[in-house]
This record gives sequence, structure tokens and C-alpha cells, in this order.
Amino acid sequence: MNGRGAAISLRIAQAIPVVIGVIVISFLLTRALPGDPAVQFAGAAATPESIEQVRQSLGLDKPLPEQFIIYVGQLLQGDLGQSVSTGRPVIQELAARLPASLELTLVALILSCAIAIPLGILAATRPGSWVDQLCRLLVTAGVSLPTFFTGLVLIYVFYYLLGIAPSPLGRLDFIYLDPPHVTGFFLIDSLLDGDPATFMGALRQLILPAATLALFTLAPIARMTRTAMLSALGADYIRTARAAGLNRGKILYGYAFRNALLPVVTTLGMVFSFVLGANVLVEKVFAWPGIGSYAVEALVVSDYAAVQGFVLAMALLFVVLNLVIDLAYSIIDPRFGADAK
Amino acid sequence: MLSIHDLNVSFRTRRGDVNAVKGISFDLAKGERLGIVGESGSGKSVTSYALMRILDAGGRIAAGEAVYSGIDLRRASESAMKDIRGREISMIFQNPRAALNPIRKVGHQIEDVLRQHAQATAANAKEKAIAALEAVRINDAAARYEAYPFELSGGMCQRIVIAIALACNPKLLIADEPTTGLDITTQKTVMDLVDDLVRARGMSSILITHDLGLASQYCDRIVVMKDGLIVEEGDPVALFTNPQHPYTNRLVEATPRRGVRIRSLLPEDQRTPEPPRTIGNDPLLDVINLKKTYMGKSGPVHAVKGISFTIREGESVGLVGESGCGKSTTSAMIVRLLEASSGQILYRGEDLATLPALQFAHHPLRSKIQMVFQDATDSLNPRHTARQSIAEPLLRMSKLRGDKLRARVEELATLTGLPTHLLDRFPHQLSGGQKARVGIARAIAPDPDLLILDEPTAALDVSIQALVLNLLCDLRARLGMSYLFVSHDLNVVRLLCDKVVVMKGGAIVEAGSVSDVMDAPSDPYTRELLSAAPQAPQRSIA
Repeated sequence: MNGRGAAISLRIAQAIPVVIGVIVISFLLTRALPGDPAVQFAGAAATPESIEQVRQSLGLDKPLPEQFIIYVGQLLQGDLGQSVSTGRPVIQELAARLPASLELTLVALILSCAIAIPLGILAATRPGSWVDQLCRLLVTAGVSLPTFFTGLVLIYVFYYLLGIAPSPLGRLDFIYLDPPHVTGFFLIDSLLDGDPATFMGALRQLILPAATLALFTLAPIARMTRTAMLSALGADYIRTARAAGLNRGKILYGYAFRNALLPVVTTLGMVFSFVLGANVLVEKVFAWPGIGSYAVEALVVSDYAAVQGFVLAMALLFVVLNLVIDLAYSIIDPRFGADAK
Repeated sequence: MLSIHDLNVSFRTRRGDVNAVKGISFDLAKGERLGIVGESGSGKSVTSYALMRILDAGGRIAAGEAVYSGIDLRRASESAMKDIRGREISMIFQNPRAALNPIRKVGHQIEDVLRQHAQATAANAKEKAIAALEAVRINDAAARYEAYPFELSGGMCQRIVIAIALACNPKLLIADEPTTGLDITTQKTVMDLVDDLVRARGMSSILITHDLGLASQYCDRIVVMKDGLIVEEGDPVALFTNPQHPYTNRLVEATPRRGVRIRSLLPEDQRTPEPPRTIGNDPLLDVINLKKTYMGKSGPVHAVKGISFTIREGESVGLVGESGCGKSTTSAMIVRLLEASSGQILYRGEDLATLPALQFAHHPLRSKIQMVFQDATDSLNPRHTARQSIAEPLLRMSKLRGDKLRARVEELATLTGLPTHLLDRFPHQLSGGQKARVGIARAIAPDPDLLILDEPTAALDVSIQALVLNLLCDLRARLGMSYLFVSHDLNVVRLLCDKVVVMKGGAIVEAGSVSDVMDAPSDPYTRELLSAAPQAPQRSIA
């Protein structure tokens, strides 16, 4: 399987120019934003001199190429600059907030897959049945309801009416202490710390926003699973497997599902990307201290360093994500890298 | 051993039930090799799926009995059927590459069957799977065990499918068009292998095929099916030499074979005399030392290694060889869909190889060289009506518009025997033969001098093939066209062509007039090709 190994290393090498491009674009994009950060930062009572002073201290008076070299130099040392509005280093903010967003998104996706994939398989094996209709209904409802609306409905029902959900205020109720920072994922950190009470607390906070996002992501995953399963089940090799007397489970999961997995994984990658960007609404509704709400706030006040850091972090995340998906492909599909194309 | 009585199979569709098999009966004795022959839509495959109870959703046995060794196949429970499939009755399929799970090692696919029928345990499954591979004469079976289907050739994949089918020593093997899509020499090795294994194990077999010649060579008894009914049944020689039913007679006559003229493929009342045509002395197309080299992963791949041949005005040349021999690459270079690496393509003395492929689309000579493609369905735009498809080259290469264009398209349709009221249909509303006619009408629309035909009849039933071949024969006489006929079917080339060029591995191994090459081949490869083609029993021609 030399071809496969080579294809994988080639794929990893291909990510490098993408990363460089991302750095250049994130730098230029933030410079192209309207609004002068020096004016913003100097405050309402600033004089032209103090604005100029701020401009110099931020390095904004230098020509663009020089600014870029300074930026890259700092980047290499892991320095994303200071947030102008909060005064804290951007890297610290991102380190605190990115895990919050990732935890929410990942849990939502796991939840979504756990429902959507079996639903899609059931719908594909019984086209036209009530499961298929239910699948269609859920899918339509999921995409047509905006996340902030489902989020508010869930809060209204489970917190206000039934009172079984905790107040939608962040990652952990104030009665708990944050678990010691290891991964930044509260669920994992609290378990590592051996603190089941905090774990349950974090989980209770997480369920409603995760469910909101899950509902939203259900549709593409369920639909793609159904389509992929239908086409896999109609393939010639399924007929061979049936003619050879293999039992239903083996045919369905060993043969059809593994083949159907390829398009499902692709969809999953796409869904993950757009959810990471789109969950800012959910973060706002549930007061979730995530990266989305941070970026929006930074953007509003022309906080260069913060926006730049955010764009860079997201872009890198996407690069890594695509890499992971391609590598997942190479595990599922032995043809990866063997094609002459 | 297997007894079928008045079997009816129906499919539920939106427009009500459709009967695919309408009451057929036959018996199969132990050790007997039965052939079921019929054209597409005759219900021959559906019959076998019904026996295995693997019909698609909506299909069911509507009436009749099917009894295998005392087991009622119609009423047996699903779990009983699961034990019968693979262990008692096995199947092999057409298109072997698609019949294997693309992302599972072939060895594991064999193990799945062995484990399912409790013929192996986790400990000895691998050993038994390798033994099953060795049984189908795969060299280096232990290494092949680890292979994925995409790493194997079509013939090799079919051996794997056979290994899966025979792994649990079934008593009956059903082969559903097992060699469609395989090369002619591969077809012979695969069929010989199946035949040897079936005989050695004392199994019964059912061979489902559209090829009467193949069935007569490998079966003890043949049933001929048409539209869900058995029209005739008997031993192969009798069926061939003295067919009772008019349909069988037509099938036998339509099968291209040695010693017949192209007109004899048609039903007797349609055998008009072949139109006369003249073959000039001037070369129309001169291919000189044509080469194509691709850069592959492990160095250059020489697809075409410097070939030369000539097509004279009005002449038909057959380009014959197995897949991978470079015949399609050659034809693609001549129509300038592909750049030649070196060499000359002289069309009436003008070198086409020097013109970049992209520019050739606008070149005045473009309309003089046209192509008819292999798959009539795939080569037509599904969203274009027949009229639009035929008009397409005229819109690009002529100034005909409006009523004149309409008239020309209708003229072309009449010329190719396509009823003009079908012109406004879409491809999916046309039959295979009608789609082939649209493809031909489209190709002759710009009035070409040279038509390149890339296996134009490979996907057609024999009776339709007979019609299309005769149409091509009429058209070349009427329009004075030359043909480059690319094919792997030597019997068809013999009927239509004046000269034949045999290619192997990118080089020409033999070339000459059809009678010289086919009747007295000088190259061992040509002899191999000729002997691999199934030959129907000769019938005396009155």
C-alpha cells in the first residue's frame, strides 16, 4: 500500500500552502475592514495627537509589508497580539473560547449523527414507510426552523415551563467551579479531575444548546445517509451478497453501510464547517462563551488582532478538518490514492 | 433436482402489475447444464432471481411452483432461503467488478460466505478462502487474498465471484451473463473454468445468456425465452440446425457467424440485395507511425507504439483487439479528441496530427470525420430530444436553420430508418436500436467521408444488431463513406469490413484483407482470438 502512504503524505503537504495563503488573506482582510482602530482605541475624547500616538504604539503607521512581516514574526512565536477592547492577549482568549465552541459543536454533531444516521438507514431500507415519512418530516422541520428560534422554544419549554433544564447562562452554573484546564472541554476535564458532579453540571448546561444545533444539522446528515444507503443497496455487489446467502445485518452494515459512509463523511465535514460558523446565534441565545460571539463583538469595535486571530484560528481549523476527512476517506476507501487520475 | 411449473413473476409498478415471466415450466436434472437464451426483456434473468428469491422490491412469484430437491422455493421461509443461497444454489453475475464489494478485500468477501454457512471458523477461514481462490486457478492465491477488486482485472474479478459462488460447494450454479463485458479470450477461459468446475463437482448449471453460440457450446439443453415465455426447448445442435419456432429461427439467423453474408442476418423477407459500392485507389486516411505515450506513475506508458495503416476511399477497415490494446486510443487520436505523441494522420494528404486537438473543432475537415459511440444511451444527452441531438452538429457546422434544418433532420431520420414521429422523444423513451439510429444519424449529419464506429452494436441484442449492421452497410454505399470499425467481435468485423487490422499491446500484429486474416491467420494471437470466439453449430445453408 505504498501508493496510499504517498497519497496521504501528499495530502498533508498540500495543506502547507493553504495555511500560508490563509495567513496572508486573514491579514489583508482585517486591514481592509472599514473603521480606523486607532480612533476606536483612543476613545471618544481623543485628540489627533493621542490618536497618532495610539497608531504608532499599535504599529499601524508602518507600511503594509512591514506590518505583515512583524505580524508573521509574532505569529511564529505564538503571539496573536493584544485584543484592543479587552486588553488580554488574543491567544488566551481563543484558548479559553475555542474549546467551548468545539465542545458544543462536537456534542451537537455526535447527537445529530446518533439520530440521523440510523434514521437515514431505516428510511432507506423501507422507502415509503412511516419511518421514511418521519425522516422527511424531521428533516424539513430541522432546516426550516432557524436555530435561535428552536433554541428559544427549547428554553421556554424545558427551563421556563417544565423547569428541568438549568438556566441558559453559559457553560457551568455558578455553584460549580470550572474544572482544571487540561483540554478545555469541561466534560472531559471534569472526568479527568474525577468530579462527576461538575460533569453532570456541565452536561446539563450543554444539552439544550447542543440539541438546538443537532436539530439544525440533522437534515443534511439524515438525507445524505438515506440517499447513499439507497444507492449502495441498489448496487450489484449487494445482489451478489444476497445470492451468497449472507444475513441481513451483514449485508446492511458490512456491505451497504460501509460503502454509503463515504458520502456521509463528506457531508459531515461540510456540516461541521458551517455549524462552527453558524453557531454564533446559539451561543448568543444560551450566553455560551464561545468563539463566535467573541468574533462578532470584536468585529463591531474594529478589534484587529482579535478578528485576525479568529479568522486564522477558524481557517486553520478548516484545514485540519479537511485533512482529517481526507484521512478518514483513506481509511474507509482502499482506492484512495490508487486512482490514476 | 429443480422443477419449475407454470412460474409467473410480476412486478408492482405505478401503472399496476407487470408480468415479467408468464408461466414457464422446465426441469433440470442432476449434472445437467441448461442454457436459457433470450434477448433483453425476455425474463431470463428475472426467472433466476425468482428462484433465488432475490427479486428487487415489488417483484414476487405470482403463481406457479418452483421446487428444488423437495424444497418449495416459493413458500420457503426467508431464513430457509438464506441457507439455500450460496450453499445449495449459487449465482455468478455479469459485470464482475461491480458484483464485488469495492472496499472489502476479496479474501474477506469469500470468508463472509464461508462463515455465513458455517463452513469455516475464525481460525481456518483464511486458509479455506485461499483454497477457494486456488480452486478457481488463481495464481499466487495468498497474495490475491489481500487484493481489492479495483486492483484486479475483469477476468480475475469474475474468478473471485466464481470462488464466492462455489466456496460452499453448492449443487446448482446459475450463471447470469457471466462473460458480458469481458474480452473474448477472457470469456473463453472463464467459461472453460466454470465448465470444468461444474463437471468436476457433478453440479448442475443454468447459463443465462443472449449469445446462442455461447450457450450451444457449454450447455446440454437450451430453452429459448421471449417476452416471458419459453418458445422452444431442445438440444443445441437440433435448435441450431432445425429451429421449430420462427423466433428461434430469427435468433439463429441474426447471430453473426462464419460463412454468411451480412444480409442473411435479416429475416428472409427483408433480404434485399446488397447495394453496390466502389472502393477507390486513393488513400482517404493514411496513418503513419502513430504513437501515444502517457506519463504514468511508474514511467511512460506506451498506449500506441507506432502503428501505420491506410483506409482507401469507400473502404471499411476493422480495428480489432482486446481491451487495453490501444484501439480506442487510436480512434480518439484520429478524430482528434486526443493529441498524438508523434506520427502522422494524413487525411487526403493533409496532416491532422499537426493541428492541436482544441483547434480541430473549428477546422473545416472536422465535419468530414465523425464518430459513432459504443453506448447509445450514454452518448446521447438525456435532456435532448432525438431531433435536438441530430441537429446539434448541423447547428455547429452548417448554416442550415429553421425549416431547412427541420427538413434535413427528418431526411437523416428517414435515411437511418428512424420513424420521424419519434424525433421529439427523449432518449429514455426510445429503444436501444432507436437510440443507435439517433447516434448514427447524428454522426452522418455533417455529411462525413469517414465514420469511426466504436463498437456501435456491442450493447444491442442480436436481432437489433443485425438491423443496425445492415443499415451501416446500406449507408456507406449510399453516401460513399469509409468506415473505421473498432470492435472486439471478429464475427461482426468479418461481415462488414474489407480489411482488418489486429492490434495487441499498442502494436499491429497482423493486417490484411478480411478473408486473408480471418481464414488464414499468420499470427498466433489472431488465431487465438479466432478460436476463442464461440462458434455456433453450422447449419447447412440452402
